[in-house]
Amino acid sequence: MFRNNYDNDAVTFSPQGRIFQVEYAQEAVKQGSVVVGLVNKTHSVLVGLKRNAEELSSYQKKIIEVDSHMGIAIAGLASDARVVSNFMKQQSLSSRMTYGRPIPVDRIVTQIADRAQTNTQQYGKRPYGVGLLVAGVDEAGPHLFEFQPSGMIHEMLACAIGARSQMARTYLERHLDEIESSSRDELITHGLRALKETLSQDKELTVDNTSVGVVGLAGEGAKGKIESFKLYEGQQLLPLLETVEQQDSGETKEGEGMEVDS
Amino acid sequence: MNHFPELWGRPRDDVYGPYNSSYLKSTGPKTHTQSPAVTGTSVVAVKFNGGVAIAADNLASYGSLSRFTDVKRLRVFGESAVVGFSGDVSDMQYIDRLLESIDIRENYSTHGNLLNAKNLHTYLSKVFYKRRSDFNPLWNHILVAGFDGDKKPFLSSADLLGTTYSGPHLATGFGAHLAVPILRRLFPEEKPIEEITKEDAVSALRECLKVLWYRDARSLDKYSIAIITEDGVELNEDQKLEEQSWAFAESIKGYGAQVV
Amino acid sequence: MMSAMGHQSQNGTIGYSFGTPTTAPHKEHSFYPYTDNGGSTLGITGEDFAILAGDTRSVAGYNINSRYSPKVFKIGGEDDTGENAHIILSVVGFAADGHALKERLDAIVKMYKYQHGKPMSVRACAQRLSTILYSKRFFPYYVTAILAGLDEEGKGALYSYDPVGSYEREQCRAAGSAASLIMPFLDNQVSFKNQYIPGSGEGHDLQAKKKELLPMGTVEHLVKDAFTSAVERHIEVGDGLQMMVITKSGIEEKYFPLKQD
Repeated sequence: MFRNNYDNDAVTFSPQGRIFQVEYAQEAVKQGSVVVGLVNKTHSVLVGLKRNAEELSSYQKKIIEVDSHMGIAIAGLASDARVVSNFMKQQSLSSRMTYGRPIPVDRIVTQIADRAQTNTQQYGKRPYGVGLLVAGVDEAGPHLFEFQPSGMIHEMLACAIGARSQMARTYLERHLDEIESSSRDELITHGLRALKETLSQDKELTVDNTSVGVVGLAGEGAKGKIESFKLYEGQQLLPLLETVEQQDSGETKEGEGMEVDS
Repeated sequence: MNHFPELWGRPRDDVYGPYNSSYLKSTGPKTHTQSPAVTGTSVVAVKFNGGVAIAADNLASYGSLSRFTDVKRLRVFGESAVVGFSGDVSDMQYIDRLLESIDIRENYSTHGNLLNAKNLHTYLSKVFYKRRSDFNPLWNHILVAGFDGDKKPFLSSADLLGTTYSGPHLATGFGAHLAVPILRRLFPEEKPIEEITKEDAVSALRECLKVLWYRDARSLDKYSIAIITEDGVELNEDQKLEEQSWAFAESIKGYGAQVV
Repeated sequence: MMSAMGHQSQNGTIGYSFGTPTTAPHKEHSFYPYTDNGGSTLGITGEDFAILAGDTRSVAGYNINSRYSPKVFKIGGEDDTGENAHIILSVVGFAADGHALKERLDAIVKMYKYQHGKPMSVRACAQRLSTILYSKRFFPYYVTAILAGLDEEGKGALYSYDPVGSYEREQCRAAGSAASLIMPFLDNQVSFKNQYIPGSGEGHDLQAKKKELLPMGTVEHLVKDAFTSAVERHIEVGDGLQMMVITKSGIEEKYFPLKQD
């Protein structure tokens, strides 16, 4: 019987140059429910689809505030995500303590990437089974980063990870120009619509299964330089979801009209 | 010479006094408390409209000895921050190395060194506080000049105990006694810093350094001055005090009360 | 030289250091890790509010370091704006310790919110502050702290501390260099000590004036009076008065100038 001899630990290469344990960890990310992130010139938005293990259970947490200028969305092992987010929280708190400044987003992302990489090179360790989207603002403006268990990081304009995330990515690719020039509220709507694309036929976005996190530069006349990370959950989502609803129904009508024309 | 070879070559008690062996003690609590050796005197700084000016003389004293007369006590950090050091010179050089390594580390990030003077001051005050809490102080009193996160002129002080404070004009050491009253008279608190020009600020600093040169025995007439504006740091390290007038000295007799 | 020779004969040894135990003078221990930055703070609570105030002068000996160096801080709020804070802390004594203490408590309150998903109660925060102070029992934070907020019932809560963590909840407290000037005034004006109902009796039969919680306007006036008076009589107090009022609608910060002499 076939047996893979190269996946017993996370430090051994296969002859094809692969590290199976890391790839398996990436599978864990693919099985997590989908999260979407996107940026425009002023804001960075995270949107997540929450799953409940069973009808009677609560919904899992998908978006976590790390600091007032930064939040993460998770796909994969939630318990691993907690370890990573605790570390990020510590680091950002310590930056505030020692320098009196919010930690730059690329700095903290590099730090978690370095930790994740260590897990793939030291014997007896296991990679994190979680992928992250990190949204934040710093001196250089809003940012979105993708993080994978391999220790890979990328700064993104828009991104989706988790189950059926390809649908969301397709949406984001198609609307990239609109997203770049969108307003804060339009950005959220784009996020939600991308998320909606990933749903199977019988599912829809509700106030229970959706999470939205927004962070950005403060508008004119606002207190402080940034709009602090805000998590929208439950009833707060109602107006956001309604906007998506209205837009979609409007578009289908248009679409129908065009079909009639042709 | 005597019958105890183990004593040969050692300083004789009758000549040098008993040897204080407590300096060799390797047990007991750590006593690495120091005191300053080679020191720099006052640093003076003023905020003005659109920036900060900071100055210090180029002297490093060894007690009352004028030991090094070409020591630069202003240190530029990043694009627009300057640290002025008074106190122990070796500790200054240690902090200088710290700042160097931070600058290098910061420059690795995508957007360069984003630490402003305010961040730098927070950091340095933590370093001072940590070291004083370890009973191993860095024997300095510093002024940090530059801009804060809102691009407003920033001036703040930190000392060997970790004490911090800020103000429109500050001075360390002897300057706290001699320069601050001059600056308070020139730039009263009611006068907002927006009404102080760069030229006003610089000439005030030169005036302060002159008074310090007249009255502070550990000062020098060669000095450095840094002017920090939005455009960056303008640092002049080999300035000479001009237009000195020692005429007043002739009228001083004794400690001041003496008239004949 | 003569005396040195005398020393030799006294010892009765050959006069070399080796083997001669000398009673060395104690090495100089010239670093003292504290300083007193002066100033005073004061806190008073009412039915549904608490006020913390402090002067803004910072001194070192006879020098004024700064005319605006705040002693009252928001705890657990956002870093740049202080928004969403629900606890305030005043520290007076050694300012560097005060800052360190404030930052430590602030970090703890923030972590509490992060871990528990709800803000820390003032009661819990008060207990925690005591623990922090006591954890440095043998190298204390040289500060007198006062913590204020609203308790679980929405009533004004004020906790006062000594430098090593002994604490109690009180109606009012003055701390710092002019505490001995302000506290008796507060005893009389806030707790109505030595105030009696006129004509209610003779000697021990005199009826004490009934205790009542003061309204906010009155308290604010008392705070200003306390400080203007302290400024007159204490050289370390002056320059400015910083006041924070905490009510259910949030924290309001105020500033009033004081004499600068």
